[in-house]
Amino acid sequence: MNAAVADFHTYKLIGAGLAAMGMIGAGVGLGVLFGNYLQAAIRNPAGAASQQTMLFLGMALTETMGLFAFVVSLIILFGS
Amino acid sequence: MANQPAIDPMEQFEIHKLVDLPTFHIGKVAVDMSINNSVLMMIVGAVLIVLFFALTARREIVPNRGQAVAEALYNIIDRVLVGPILGPHGRPYVPYLFTLFMVILTLNLMSVVFAVGNIAGQSWTFAVTSQLAVTATLAVLTFFSVFILGFIKHGPKFLGLFFPSGMGLIGAILMAPIEMISYFVRPLTLALRLFGNMLGGHVVMSLFGSFVVALAIVGLSGGMATLAFIPSVLSFTMIVALTGLELVVAVLQAFVFAALATVYLNEVVNFGHGH
Repeated sequence: MNAAVADFHTYKLIGAGLAAMGMIGAGVGLGVLFGNYLQAAIRNPAGAASQQTMLFLGMALTETMGLFAFVVSLIILFGS
Repeated sequence: MANQPAIDPMEQFEIHKLVDLPTFHIGKVAVDMSINNSVLMMIVGAVLIVLFFALTARREIVPNRGQAVAEALYNIIDRVLVGPILGPHGRPYVPYLFTLFMVILTLNLMSVVFAVGNIAGQSWTFAVTSQLAVTATLAVLTFFSVFILGFIKHGPKFLGLFFPSGMGLIGAILMAPIEMISYFVRPLTLALRLFGNMLGGHVVMSLFGSFVVALAIVGLSGGMATLAFIPSVLSFTMIVALTGLELVVAVLQAFVFAALATVYLNEVVNFGHGH
């Protein structure tokens, strides 16, 4: 492996790591989501079950943002 | 440590041909219908679904165990999703949503069960839903059938979906491109969500699986290195916990896919009714 190729490989790894940092936002988002759901559910346990579908929908939509970062990171790592 | 296996978590997503079938041509397109590990897993999944419903569809008033499971699965779509979200107009779409749910659920659960084979380096096991081609097919199929259904049911009026009401003419024209982008990115998000979840879970499981073996090999060399058995055992506990998590994720992602398909359908079925 000559120096240029080695440099390219190194920067690729750094880039993939930086791209994966987008998942921080998704982590915070999921924390806010489930935290607020729990808070509301403890205040009003009777209404909690009816909102579970919305909770999982919100979870899916929030998680997608993190997965975009994950996929971009994978594309950098394994794409040509 | 020359005899240590290389840690390569992406190896499990390689396609291996199991039965070679001759390539034939339709026009200029070469079609290779060889049975590979992905196809094999899909065939097993299809057989499992058909068998499950052939064995449980008895329609007894007092259901036996299998029928109770089948009815519980059906209720997830019928009572939890379609009832509250779509309302009575959504009844005709229950079969499609249920099929979607069952296919994804079965393939997801199979990929968790056969993850053992992935970790053990078997070439015939495969996590089908961790392949973008499969999830993209499901997502595109769902999205465009809903989109086309909108035009069939409402005609050109359906384009009003992209013009938010109560914004005035200029505001609506400004918002239309943004609404369009957020609408047409849906198949992408739908496909990537399932793909990313399954891929991520399997990579993590495979990583911890290779830790178990690699650390145990280090531990076998004796002396102080015996301490390496401790993280090895810890990694194994981690796999057990992760398998539980993956089971939850498998069911949740199937549910979420069906739930989002229902929400998208809602815009078509209850178009212009408000909610």
